[in-house]
Amino acid sequence: MASMTDADLATMTQEERARALGMTTEQLTGKSLYIEFDPDAEERFTYPWAPEVDFNKRTEIDTDDMTSTEVNSRIRALMAEGFGTIVLKNPRGKHSLGVGILSRLNLIVEGSTGYFGVGLIDGPNVRINGRVGWSCAENMMSGTVMVEKNAGSTFGAAIRGGDLVCRGSVGSRTGIDMKGGTIIVGGDTGALSGFMMQRGRMVVCGNAGKNLGDSMYDGTIYVGGKVESLGVDAVDAEPDDHDRAWLRRKLTQYGLMPEQGVDHFRKIVAGKQLWNYDNLEPNEKKLIL
Amino acid sequence: MCGIAGLIHRGKRSNVGGEMTAMLQALKHRGPDSTGYAVYGEPKEGGYVMRLKVAEAEDMDRGRGIHRVITDRIAEVEAILDEHGATVKSKHAPREYSLRYVLSHDGDTGDMAQHIEEVDGVEILSMGNGLELIKDLGDASVVAEAYGLDDFRGTHGIGHTRMATESDVDIKSAHPYWAFPYNDVSVVHNGQITNYWIMRREMERKGHRFMSNCDSELLAVYTAHNLANGVSLKDSLRRSIAEIDGVFTYLVATKDQLGMAKDTMAAKPLVLYESDDLIAMASEEVAIRAILPQEIDTFDPYDEEVRVWQA
Repeated sequence: MASMTDADLATMTQEERARALGMTTEQLTGKSLYIEFDPDAEERFTYPWAPEVDFNKRTEIDTDDMTSTEVNSRIRALMAEGFGTIVLKNPRGKHSLGVGILSRLNLIVEGSTGYFGVGLIDGPNVRINGRVGWSCAENMMSGTVMVEKNAGSTFGAAIRGGDLVCRGSVGSRTGIDMKGGTIIVGGDTGALSGFMMQRGRMVVCGNAGKNLGDSMYDGTIYVGGKVESLGVDAVDAEPDDHDRAWLRRKLTQYGLMPEQGVDHFRKIVAGKQLWNYDNLEPNEKKLIL
Repeated sequence: MCGIAGLIHRGKRSNVGGEMTAMLQALKHRGPDSTGYAVYGEPKEGGYVMRLKVAEAEDMDRGRGIHRVITDRIAEVEAILDEHGATVKSKHAPREYSLRYVLSHDGDTGDMAQHIEEVDGVEILSMGNGLELIKDLGDASVVAEAYGLDDFRGTHGIGHTRMATESDVDIKSAHPYWAFPYNDVSVVHNGQITNYWIMRREMERKGHRFMSNCDSELLAVYTAHNLANGVSLKDSLRRSIAEIDGVFTYLVATKDQLGMAKDTMAAKPLVLYESDDLIAMASEEVAIRAILPQEIDTFDPYDEEVRVWQA
């Protein structure tokens, strides 16, 4: 498997590629999906089939009379032509804009998007000059997303990597089920933020609503303002120098550093009282006892 | 999943009918089953606008006998109007089963409304000085065209596009709901009410009537009950969050007010736009952008949030 080169993979269809990478049911029943580490092979920072784009090649799409599908296909077509900076004009709250971009790209949205904006992305740098609706950057794998205005609920649901930043306030259930990466909110966040969080960091410069970090497994939440209430098994921790240094670096990077610094930030982590992984299921107990 | 929208102009009138149509058409994907409007026009001094339906849209396909039934029902309604001393100033039927009367009446409109609804198959959709409540099957453009809503001047309005989940696709289960028999009060709702039957029985014990099995009707009845007992709109909205279970966002409009409430989970969406002379809200931003194409600032209200705006 390690002998497969990126050039080979790029020429294949999706199905052949999946087979070549070992993702078949026959394989799953016997062997694992483990790909042997090859110290000579270059690390795959990009997908082998990702188009080569040049950030200096810039173009615009006027999305006014287009459907979301047409806009997303157009983005793909332009990336295939090598455009590395794409500006979306007049989005006017359209849903599902810029989803599923799996390579390097500068995407600039001049206006506001609706639900599920830039979901399932892996790599692009996105700047949205307006507001975003529910579930922005859902399941994001890597890259950066900057939202200049407010965001809706479930901001960064289940994200796994990258930096997701909102300068304004966000709705409820921010970072629900997040599994990695960083979410930074310049304003306030609503109820049940960080619900069932599993990994990663969330920074809220303003206030947080009720049940913050409810049922979180792991991960860290930093809050600069007031917390209305903590959720089940979310507990306060003492921020140390590492936390403060990280906060300073991240907040300065995105121009969100509060005037009074970062010393007032609260740190919230999982109390791990709900960790019952070693407990047996009732039917397993029956077998043993 | 339904779509709700509302807008209120402060200190001026506008083409509310056309604006609501644009917003609701943009929300069509949230529910194509039926569309409803509650728009507030120039108040009729000493008069009332009554909108009613004398049959369901689907009844029209059930044989030719329905035309006779409709004529009989209308005659019966008009006899009752006469009995209560109401004078019909104008009568208009946008669809055979849907009528609009302009009345002048001095007595108890609630009593008259109850009497009219005793006629089998007749439901009053709305009654009020300014309120016009229109609901029918189809999307916003279909309903707006049939009912001449593309040019309707007024101060505020709420609307709804419905995806039927808990009750039938018919006019009686469509939104908005009039807060019977409370003049000029209407409700649209997006969500599910989980203590519907408990609350409905409680309201029925207090003497309120339910015309459908749609959970949203409860909110209209509940609001009517509170307002009749001297509770302000804002307090009624606040109380509902504590007393009604489920996930919901709903809008209430009165003669000169528009209010919103969101449940404790904030599980149903609403996007708000506020400026000095216009407040617009909808389930999705795309609806607000249908009437405000320029760059605007919008936000989501939080859990348990209640707001009321004055026209």
